[in-house]
Amino acid sequence: MAIPKLDVFENNSRLPLPIEKKEANLYMSFIYVAFISLFIGGLMGLLQVLVRSGSFTLPWGIGYYQILTLHGVVLALVLTTFFILGFQYALMGKTVGMSAKQRKVSWLAFWVMTIGTAMTAATILVGKASVLYTFYAPLKAHPAFYIGLALVVVGSWIAGFVNWRQLYVWKKDHPGEKSPLLAFMVTINMIMWFIASIGVAVAVLVQFIPWSLGYAETINVLVSRTLFWYFGHPLVYFWLLPAYMAWYAIIPKIIGGKIFSDSLARLSFVLFLFFSIPVGFHHQLTEPGIDPTWKFIQVVLTFMVVIPSLMTAFSMFATFEITGRKKGFGGLFGWLKHLPWKDVRFLAPFIGMLAFIPGGAGGIINASHQMNAVVHNTIWVTGHFHLTVATTVILTFFGITYWLVPHLTGRTLTKEVNRLGIIQTFVWTIGMTIMSGAMHIQGLLGAPRRSAYSDYGGSEQAVEWGAYQMAQAIGGTILFIGITLMVYIFIKLTFFSPKGEEEFPIAEEEENAPATPMWLENWKLWVAITVALILFAYTIPFVDIIQNSPPGSPPFDWPIGNS
Amino acid sequence: MHLHKFEKLWLLSGVGALALFLVILGFGAFYLGTHPQSHGITIDPANIEAEEAFQPENLGLTKVDDDKYIVNVVATAFNYDLGVDEDGNAVKNIKIPKGSTVLFQVVTPDVVHGFNIAGTNVNMMVEPGFISSMEVEMKQSGEFTLLCNEYCGVGHHMMFATVEVYE
Repeated sequence: MAIPKLDVFENNSRLPLPIEKKEANLYMSFIYVAFISLFIGGLMGLLQVLVRSGSFTLPWGIGYYQILTLHGVVLALVLTTFFILGFQYALMGKTVGMSAKQRKVSWLAFWVMTIGTAMTAATILVGKASVLYTFYAPLKAHPAFYIGLALVVVGSWIAGFVNWRQLYVWKKDHPGEKSPLLAFMVTINMIMWFIASIGVAVAVLVQFIPWSLGYAETINVLVSRTLFWYFGHPLVYFWLLPAYMAWYAIIPKIIGGKIFSDSLARLSFVLFLFFSIPVGFHHQLTEPGIDPTWKFIQVVLTFMVVIPSLMTAFSMFATFEITGRKKGFGGLFGWLKHLPWKDVRFLAPFIGMLAFIPGGAGGIINASHQMNAVVHNTIWVTGHFHLTVATTVILTFFGITYWLVPHLTGRTLTKEVNRLGIIQTFVWTIGMTIMSGAMHIQGLLGAPRRSAYSDYGGSEQAVEWGAYQMAQAIGGTILFIGITLMVYIFIKLTFFSPKGEEEFPIAEEEENAPATPMWLENWKLWVAITVALILFAYTIPFVDIIQNSPPGSPPFDWPIGNS
Repeated sequence: MHLHKFEKLWLLSGVGALALFLVILGFGAFYLGTHPQSHGITIDPANIEAEEAFQPENLGLTKVDDDKYIVNVVATAFNYDLGVDEDGNAVKNIKIPKGSTVLFQVVTPDVVHGFNIAGTNVNMMVEPGFISSMEVEMKQSGEFTLLCNEYCGVGHHMMFATVEVYE
């Protein structure tokens, strides 16, 4: 049953593969866009917290919701997608290799995405698309906003097709061998992304673009929202899984250990593929048009991700403990001390892991069917995803940047930059604790998210919220200092650090590790189960939504200041 | 595939806790009837007055019985229409005695809105084409802000009213 185990990397000249200059340029291009986005999006975040403190007004007629839209689109969609694709490409290039033809097609992906991003960003900047990154109908943005978003998604599909092709070619050259762990993970993530983004692509291409161009008079609002959230939840796992790739297969190498279990890592990724998509209703719990029984069914499916999450947590701490004990640190917690706390490649992702404990717990509250009414659309939710994506995921991405960027640019991570990175990690942790903490508490007191400063007619509640908004302004300002520092570190690593060779850390399995079972590579089965779960969770309620549709909605552009 | 003994224990206790949690949620939802609002009742957003409840004279607070009230609301960008008082001024403040049962019914003729009485469980999405409704017992006294918590346009944060629950 078991297939021959791939030789451990050090005994195998094929792995890890060298990255050529031409490939490195491709990967770096994605990462450039990501860091430009980080700075622009971060600046918008700073302006938001300042406006919400009540003591700052935006100059030159810039609208709060315009910068909020830019913040969401540029950070949640552009920064994440570009960084992830650049990182995943590097992982594929390192483990299964990239041909010249694949590289050319990847450039096509890059340019389609970049042109789309520029279109969308320009439309927002001229004030024609203040619809937020969820672009809920029937608010209508300029068609260029939707067309740009469609290009970003289509470009990312091209990248996914290349990744699949890369693994396919490798597997043909290595019959009977299991695929390298990181290539397996990238493939899973891109399958999930592709299946999920079909939803938003259909909404944009079939509903929004014809309607915004005037070819369709009305739009079915609930269908558009359902398609969006069919995509919107797997989107967050698309952010998270690359962080998990680093946790499972890179961090062990950085701390001087081995992969805890190759097969459990693969199994947890397969489970994430199953349970990330058929769950979008938990974002629509307080909506009037969806049957509550189906809402509950999707809530149950949502909670299934608890299982691979617990597996991940166990694997991480098992790796830490095993590594520590091997190095001779005994005692119940003695092994904790050995961890390389002064190595930013470890510290930043580790803080990210810690942030996922309250982040995950908050997520359980959000998805809890009737309990959702307590927090839905309050700023608690904003606090929640600033812990998950803006701490867990982004600190892991920063942790990757410290070695990936110098590896690709032929430079080294110096002690000085490492120290700056540690400072950056602390600045981020402090800023986010203040900002996210204040958002969570203010949300429990009922304050709404996605709202400019308002005293709500001088209500007592609004006065109570004011203190927390001030705290968010302080936390947000600290975070912007963190962003500036990170951009400085990025520039330093890209252009100024001393020339040299920075390690691309890929962890190995234990030499006596049990073989990974063959069935984990049964791609057709995994896709079939994923599709079956989606059909189970969505068919009946979706047919119900369409059969009981109210008259559609015409476009509304005056509420966002266009007419 | 090998599972460590401790990992089995860890996963079993985690999955056990999860199952218990889901049973509690399900018990609340299906037995106690605490489902989030979902009635699937449609309405033509271009003609909300076809529904009697949303004709101008029926908007706002109406007492239907001892300790039983109905509040009909039309949410538009960027206003909650709670009807008019005797002098013809728009109502921006409704007063409800503590302990009474209130049925909130809300529709919108334009874009998506939120309907949240901040600090309470009255929290609904309001979407064109559907009647959002929720019956609650007002157990806490105090002055609450009714506000729009779903982005509806440039004046979104100016969309509010107050709900006073008195002893």
